Amino acid sequence: MAIKDYIREKFFPHIWCPGCGHGIALNGLLHAVENMGLKKNDVVMVSGIGCSSRIAGYLDFHTLHTIHGRALAFAIGVKMSRPELTLLAPMGDGDALSIGGNHFIHACRRNIDMTAIVMNNKVYGMTGGQYSPLSGYGTMATTAPYSNIDQQFDVVDMATAAGATFVARTTAYHVQQMADILEEAIRHKGFSVVEVMTPCPTYFGRKNREGSAVDMMEKLKTMTTPIGSKAKQENPALIERGVFVKKEMPEYCAEYQKIIERATKGN
Amino acid sequence: MARPKLKGHVINRDWCKGCGICVHFCPKRVLELDEHDKVVAARPQDCVCCKLCELRCPDLAIEVATEQE
Ligand SMILES: Cc1ncc(C[n+]2csc(CCOP(=O)(O)OP(=O)(O)O)c2C)c(N)n1
Ligand code: SF4
Ligand SMILES: [Mg+2]
Repeated sequence: MAIKDYIREKFFPHIWCPGCGHGIALNGLLHAVENMGLKKNDVVMVSGIGCSSRIAGYLDFHTLHTIHGRALAFAIGVKMSRPELTLLAPMGDGDALSIGGNHFIHACRRNIDMTAIVMNNKVYGMTGGQYSPLSGYGTMATTAPYSNIDQQFDVVDMATAAGATFVARTTAYHVQQMADILEEAIRHKGFSVVEVMTPCPTYFGRKNREGSAVDMMEKLKTMTTPIGSKAKQENPALIERGVFVKKEMPEYCAEYQKIIERATKGN
Repeated sequence: MARPKLKGHVINRDWCKGCGICVHFCPKRVLELDEHDKVVAARPQDCVCCKLCELRCPDLAIEVATEQE
């Protein structure tokens, strides 16, 4: 199927600003899905609220556009009732890790088979550029006009500590890696977390004087490095990208099925 | 493997927002923004069909149509 067959063309052009990294994440995801040959009817996309969450409206899967921070809660409900379907839960950084932080860590812990995509632009885009738990110390935001004193979460460390069985990071600049990682994450049987660094030129970029969308894309190239590279040893400030965790663990729906069988035995 | 041959750059001018990402990252400098800030293939003869513009476009506004040689 061609890429365009997976989208709802009538809603294009989309609402995202010129050069918004969320659009590139959409593009990368489409390439992963097309490459896998997934059928539209076998995929359910569940999102919350935010610029990022608008992605669900643009894709012609079964889609649920729910409430801020609760994409995973709804996605788990869908998956528990229809475990044969492929679940994708794209979320903003605020969506996933501030208001939705509790859902996030417990979904990681349960290892339910779905793919959580954190579209990390380090800011609350939709509501006007407030800082998020991923903005980082020293960044500027509309709610931190004298600079942010909050330390940031590291999505990869957090997902790993919470027990996710597939954890990866990629960026909007590294589009081929993005498509490959998303495909691997979707194929993985268990809870997959993929952080995609997606520049927000309108708020994060402007507040932090990071220049144009193109400049922010250039920065993704120079501020990141493949996991375990020599460059990382020389410059610890570089952010690593690639697959950090990939392990087998009992999957939640499969375990739940065993409980059903145990409970109904002899009835 | 046969090298893909360019049929043309299919550009959706209604979807292009003129961010310039495709223009900047094209390794062969094939693309430009016109006076309306919409992408055009100014030097299609230089295109190597890497499709990086298509992959990086946030707006799904450019497609590199190819045929196998
Ligand atoms: C329960 C609730 N609280 C707050 C909001 C307001 N709100 C909407 S989007 C958003 C944050 C968006 O940031 P993020 O999740 O990072 O997504 P982005 O827009 O950056 O993609 C907030 C706080 C809401 N819609 N619902
Ligand atoms: S405000 Fe930021 S995140 Fe939202 S669409 Fe614009 S660039 Fe993208
Ligand atoms: Mg955000």
